[in-house]
Amino acid sequence: MITRAELREIFANGVWKQNSSLVQTLGLCPLLAVTTTLINGAMLSLATLLVTGLSGFTVSCLRKFIPYEIRMPIFIMIAATLVTIVDQCMASWLSEIHNLLGIFIPLIITNCIVFARIEAFAAKNGPIQSFFDGVSMGTGMLWTLVVLGGMRELLGNGTLFSGIESIVPSLSGLRVFSDGYPGITLFVLPPGAFILLACMIATKNAFLARRKAAEASR
Amino acid sequence: MDFISPPYLSRNANVQGIMARVLFALLPGVAVYACLIGPAILLQIAIASATALAAEAAMLKLRGKPLRPCLTDGSALVTAFLIALTFPPIVPWWLTVFGTLVAIVIAKHLYGGLGQNPFNPAMVAFAACIVSFPALMSQWPSLTLETRFIDQILAVLGVSRELDALTSATPLDVLKTALRLAPGTPIAETLSDAKIHGAVGSRVWEYVAAAYLLGGLWLLRCKVIRWHAPTGFLAGFVALSAACWLFDPGRFASPLFHVFSGGVVLGAFFIVTDPVTGCASEKGNLIFGFAAGILAYTIRVFGSYPDGVAFSVLILNLCAPLVDLMTRPRVFGMKKK
Repeated sequence: MITRAELREIFANGVWKQNSSLVQTLGLCPLLAVTTTLINGAMLSLATLLVTGLSGFTVSCLRKFIPYEIRMPIFIMIAATLVTIVDQCMASWLSEIHNLLGIFIPLIITNCIVFARIEAFAAKNGPIQSFFDGVSMGTGMLWTLVVLGGMRELLGNGTLFSGIESIVPSLSGLRVFSDGYPGITLFVLPPGAFILLACMIATKNAFLARRKAAEASR
Repeated sequence: MDFISPPYLSRNANVQGIMARVLFALLPGVAVYACLIGPAILLQIAIASATALAAEAAMLKLRGKPLRPCLTDGSALVTAFLIALTFPPIVPWWLTVFGTLVAIVIAKHLYGGLGQNPFNPAMVAFAACIVSFPALMSQWPSLTLETRFIDQILAVLGVSRELDALTSATPLDVLKTALRLAPGTPIAETLSDAKIHGAVGSRVWEYVAAAYLLGGLWLLRCKVIRWHAPTGFLAGFVALSAACWLFDPGRFASPLFHVFSGGVVLGAFFIVTDPVTGCASEKGNLIFGFAAGILAYTIRVFGSYPDGVAFSVLILNLCAPLVDLMTRPRVFGMKKK
């Protein structure tokens, strides 16, 4: 039986305590490459979320039948199948976004977070928990990439949500700063992503340190 | 003798004294710059210095360090001067502020402050700005048009909208365009144009370079810098430019022209000589300078950016620890491995 506390623990782990981008710093290559806009970051995270959730579920269901010695090739085949499915689905339903994200959708298979969760969690736990764990990890990546992509888009181009019209045709992106805003190209390029990610990690660490100090003094 | 371990004779040198001498050595260059190119440079120096000191104070406060010793050591002012002198003098004020903030906050204090920074802060600022605002960072004031001081000030304040009237391509830009657009045409005509070529180097800019050279030689004489890095830098730069020039004088300008254009002299005496981001050993500094010189020419002539000094210095900053490792002097009493 799965308790609510257990699920809450898994969720907190994925979204905050073991956040794939801020704590484990896994999957930095897609993080640097696609978070040029908020929508790109969100869509890549959603695709990754689907893969981590479904692969956790599948591997967990099959874990009793997978020989330990050859588990890695089998995990890779399962995850690659799911990535291909997600890739094909996006290509047919969200072809504009799919073209924008390009190679980074198939490359989800090389994202360490997928295998880290399969190996560390799904191979040892039940299907429901594993699915929930994958979704939580994906959610952690989602909010990080949305914040990072939002900051990069805002500083680099002065816009927010640009590209949303290719998902919801009735909406359009926001121009936050006036047309005179020159746009700091540095933040569109990978170094800007590094600088902003470092700022986010530092903020998280400062927050944790402050809370720890508050608990110690209590 | 090639050992750099103690014992040493003590020389009464401190950061403050060194930085004060570097600033003093920059003054002839600043004076010539202000007279011949435009007094806007003084405004830029003021903006950069004020921003640098404010950012330095804020970062020291955030890091819980004492304000006084670091604020008065002058290192932030040297960074501010170098930023103002490497940026075009008529960039809007906020660009200078942005560059200075990048230099002091990111390139200096986030790495641990003076002495810990792996990259030259002023060059990081230049690289960040030219990557972010390539159009603004290539607007050099025209030397043939009579521009009034007030126009330059308005441009810096961001009020003037007619920047194009103030600017023109630098001699290096003209050369590069000639090399790109028409690979077959000789550049002799381009160079003979009096708007571009002065006595030895780029028109007017050669005097600024000469003034930097004067300050640099004075720094050498009072032993604030050693000869190895500047000599290596100029040697590497001249070696490659001479090779290109001898190979095809119709397409490449002479080494003398290149040395007295752009930021080469400033780089040789004030940027590659940075004791923090350069190498520790003498041989290491020779290698450091030589490689930076070769890269600077390569990026200037074949790259897409107006000048190559900043990027070459940054790349060599990355290599400096490796060069130091390779040129580790023999420990006294031990055999060379």
